[in-house]
Amino acid sequence: MTNHWVDIKNADVVLVMGGNAAEAHPCGFKWVTEAKAHNKARLIVVDPRFTRTASVADIYAPIRTGTDIVFMGGVVNYLLTNDKIQHEYVHNYTDLSFLVREDFSFQNGIYSGYDADKRSYQRSTWDYELGADGYVKTDPSLANPRCVYQLMKQHYARYTPEMVARVCGTPKDKFLQICEIMASTATPTRAMTIMYALGWTQHSVGSQMIRQGAMVQLLLGNIGVAGGGMNALRGHSNIQGLTDLGLMSDLLPGYLALPPEKMQDFKEYIGSKSFKPLRPNQLSYWQNYDKFFVSLMKTWWGDAATAQNNWAYDYLPKVDKLYDMLHFFELMNQGKITGFICQGFNPLAAAPNKAKLDESLAKLKFLVVMDPLATETSEFWRNFGEHNDVDPSKIQTEVFRLPTNCFAEENGSLTNSSRWLQWHWKGAEPPGDARSDLQIMGGLFTRMRDMYRKDGGAFPDPILNLTWPYAQPDSPAPEELAREYCGKALKDLADPKDPAKVTRKAGEQLAGFAELRNDGSTASGCWIFCGAWGPTGNLMARRDNSDPTGIGQTLNWAYSWPANRRVMYNRASCDPSGKPFNPNRKLIAWNGTAWSGADIPDYKADEDPSLGMGPFIMNAEGVARFFARTFMAEGPFPEHYEPMETPLSNNPLSPGNPQSLNNPAARVFDGDRKTFGKPDKFPHAATTYRLTEHFHYWTKHVRLNAIIQPEQFVEIGEALGQELGIASGDRVKVSSNRGYIDAVAVVTKRLRALQVDGKTLHHVGIPIHWGFKGLAKPGFIANTLTPFVGDANSQTPEFKSFLVKVEKL
Amino acid sequence: MALQSLDIIRRSATTLPEPAIRTGTGDVTVAKLIDTTKCIGCKACQVACMEWNDLRDEIGTNVGAYQNPHDLTASSWTLMRFAEVENTKGDLEWLIRKDGCMHCADPGCLKACPAPGAIVQYANGIVDFHEENCIGCGYCIAGCPFDIPRISRKDHKAYKCTLCSDRVAVGLEPACIKACPTGALVFGTKEDMKLHAADRVEDLKSRGFQNAGLYDPPGVGGTHVMYVLHHADHPHLYSGLIDNPHISNTVRLWKGATKPLALAAMAFAAIAGFFHYIRVGPNETDENDETRAAEEARKLTGPEKRP
Repeated sequence: MTNHWVDIKNADVVLVMGGNAAEAHPCGFKWVTEAKAHNKARLIVVDPRFTRTASVADIYAPIRTGTDIVFMGGVVNYLLTNDKIQHEYVHNYTDLSFLVREDFSFQNGIYSGYDADKRSYQRSTWDYELGADGYVKTDPSLANPRCVYQLMKQHYARYTPEMVARVCGTPKDKFLQICEIMASTATPTRAMTIMYALGWTQHSVGSQMIRQGAMVQLLLGNIGVAGGGMNALRGHSNIQGLTDLGLMSDLLPGYLALPPEKMQDFKEYIGSKSFKPLRPNQLSYWQNYDKFFVSLMKTWWGDAATAQNNWAYDYLPKVDKLYDMLHFFELMNQGKITGFICQGFNPLAAAPNKAKLDESLAKLKFLVVMDPLATETSEFWRNFGEHNDVDPSKIQTEVFRLPTNCFAEENGSLTNSSRWLQWHWKGAEPPGDARSDLQIMGGLFTRMRDMYRKDGGAFPDPILNLTWPYAQPDSPAPEELAREYCGKALKDLADPKDPAKVTRKAGEQLAGFAELRNDGSTASGCWIFCGAWGPTGNLMARRDNSDPTGIGQTLNWAYSWPANRRVMYNRASCDPSGKPFNPNRKLIAWNGTAWSGADIPDYKADEDPSLGMGPFIMNAEGVARFFARTFMAEGPFPEHYEPMETPLSNNPLSPGNPQSLNNPAARVFDGDRKTFGKPDKFPHAATTYRLTEHFHYWTKHVRLNAIIQPEQFVEIGEALGQELGIASGDRVKVSSNRGYIDAVAVVTKRLRALQVDGKTLHHVGIPIHWGFKGLAKPGFIANTLTPFVGDANSQTPEFKSFLVKVEKL
Repeated sequence: MALQSLDIIRRSATTLPEPAIRTGTGDVTVAKLIDTTKCIGCKACQVACMEWNDLRDEIGTNVGAYQNPHDLTASSWTLMRFAEVENTKGDLEWLIRKDGCMHCADPGCLKACPAPGAIVQYANGIVDFHEENCIGCGYCIAGCPFDIPRISRKDHKAYKCTLCSDRVAVGLEPACIKACPTGALVFGTKEDMKLHAADRVEDLKSRGFQNAGLYDPPGVGGTHVMYVLHHADHPHLYSGLIDNPHISNTVRLWKGATKPLALAAMAFAAIAGFFHYIRVGPNETDENDETRAAEEARKLTGPEKRP
């Protein structure tokens, strides 16, 4: 989230789209309930289904799954056409006035630089026009046809209300009603918050869906203000922590990047990440990249990382290709993976195209499952009849099950959607022989290190020289790791303005990432966490929820990265002179010498606003981008592409162009393309989702959850039910081109038939929580149906849009 | 059960007056307010109820609905019921209602129950079952206008929501209230809950729900579980919430007028029988009487003189 949970109570308008906040976050949702009850907020829900969130909404509009860019692009068009934008905000804090290169172009769905064979873009034309001074050229009058404002108007001219009705199936009057309510927040004293989740991420164009939402918020001046923001509802209590610590195949902790193979030169790598300011006097905070990177390397390799060896840069593996989940299982399917340590993960159930997963896992030599539960993945080799129709005699994989404890049986921190690191304490002993993940990983590492010491290896240095300073090497403690992530001074640190003064003693925890140095004198395992365990102790454990300003800024409850800042980009809540746009919901303000207020300023604390530094200090431009430059795989403006399995044969936004029917930059493995289905055999649009009674594939093991939602079902609308003669309670078979599931049918008014491109379209809803292990009634794995293809930027699989057929059993 | 430690004002099938010396809290009673307009149907209340009361219902099957289990049972004392209703504007409404005992001020179950002390009503308004006195006859179900109590197959006793009388007795809120994540369930004095509801109704009206209101049915004397409804004029839309609940006339009569009437009839029969006996009984004669009378007469007057 750019804002946080409690801040949602400050919203005047709440848009829940690409997510089902009440269903998936009933506790966090109370802040929406508060906004409605005490702030007269209006709740808008846009979703293929009338969900639990819709049941308490003021207005609900249906939308065809996968068409959110058309809807939100339509909102952009509405706002620009009706001039419902917060002028002072967009003129000063965004790139609307920036000029774009002459050779950047967009033709019928495809941007300049497309290589159809490689299914990717050469992106160098997607950039601003620079002046001789190296700064971006601008036209503050917004008249220049190459300025971002004009290019945006041109781009979104196609996204009319009629187009929204045609492609999304959303009734035009509902769409316009929603636009009006959103537009009411263009004024500085009203704010809209957008709450989204997997309904926007789990698409082949998911990243662009999210960007489209962010663009709407920027036009309305809703970023950086109380009650505003782009607020991702993370799907797991610590998934924010997972991404923060860089547990993606191409990341390092703190959203640093693992260097690509072609960057063997350390200076080149640092240079490529330290963005120089593109406008005068911009902070461009990533210029400090080397401080974060060197501090990370000192954490990992201690004294073995020196200025002479470029801080052990050569110890880091370099990215030759992505090893995201989809690619990893594709490699496994090709027989290229020998072993797989599967930790706290149930891919047989959670990854798309179960048949491919079954095949892939069977090609492993060994599989290690670390989990508190007996998961489907750990028994992928066992026959469970129709639910897992495999022949164990043909499977040679050796499976090791290492039982772990669960989160309540250990100390540690969880990082929530609000970016709050909240420390929790052990509530119970783990059962039987279960061990903590730290114990298991510590044990594996120390044994492997001993083997490397004895037997050598091709290049064992990174393993032998890895710092392992834990009191019990076999069992690192959560507190030790937390302190390590946050970081400490390795030498006495002197004040740069007064070398005689020591600001931090060697060995002391650091108070924040502003203390990090690039000269090897500091260590920090995750720079954005720096300060969470500071010199005064574990700030994550604080539980003071006093809220003196009444706008939910509880600065003494836990620790919010970065720097305990609660609302990101909060400089943008003030006008260019430093005065808050909305005096009733002040976050920070300029008092003549410094910025201060109800939040930690997301800005240089003593920077006079008249010097023109922008609020978006991580961007080289200092302002927010409508024009994404080279940072997105598909293009600088979001453009609608149909899901990989689409009921349409033509993309109405770029008609007649087969290249732009689906995302032209999304990676599709050859074998998977063959498994995509077509609407002639699979006419209905299906989507998978979660129920409030369950969490993924865990809680079917819990009696109480199984009691309140015992058995697999699918949802179809009354119209489709009538067509096929299916009543609630009947059993149905739902198939895609990859397989089938049998389930009970819930026939509901909450799924209405939509009119899409002149034809009637039915959605089929498929909750995911079932499998062949647990206390709930055994069921099929829903991902038997889903396609093995992901977003072009994040590789998140397209679980939310695919094609199926339904038959009565 | 140490009854003197509980502030009981009424017991089933008992005519002995209750202890009345306590001034207690006067007319102040507790109430649970269920705001169907805030409820998201998450079932945290169902789970909390099972956890607090150590109940585990069956893991059943899905019959094509979100409602699970399918009905209240002796082990499911509360249940979320879901109703999909298209309103007059053509928009869909998903009306979700937490079903369970309404804790009536004039409880039909207590009135119908023939087992002394199986059902009690406390001064704070809670209606509680004391199962050690329950004979499993099921009259409470017949007496309840809302069809709430359920007989357990295991021990043949009746069970229902206790409004967490055990928690309330030590100053805690009911388990469902504590668990509700959105604050759709609130608990406090009935007066406070009515005030809270009034604010909610005002908010609902500002959002176009012209007939929003509080469900506190007078037909049962008012209840200690109340609902805020979007459509207070049509309670039945909420999965059959009774529009105008009252104790059925049969129960009223059978446990009401017919009792004293029946007693009176029995008393009358006894008295009438007595009078009948003393007036009519001894004046009827049979053969033995005749023979004995003749014997008596002979003894008195000597042998008969023959003319």
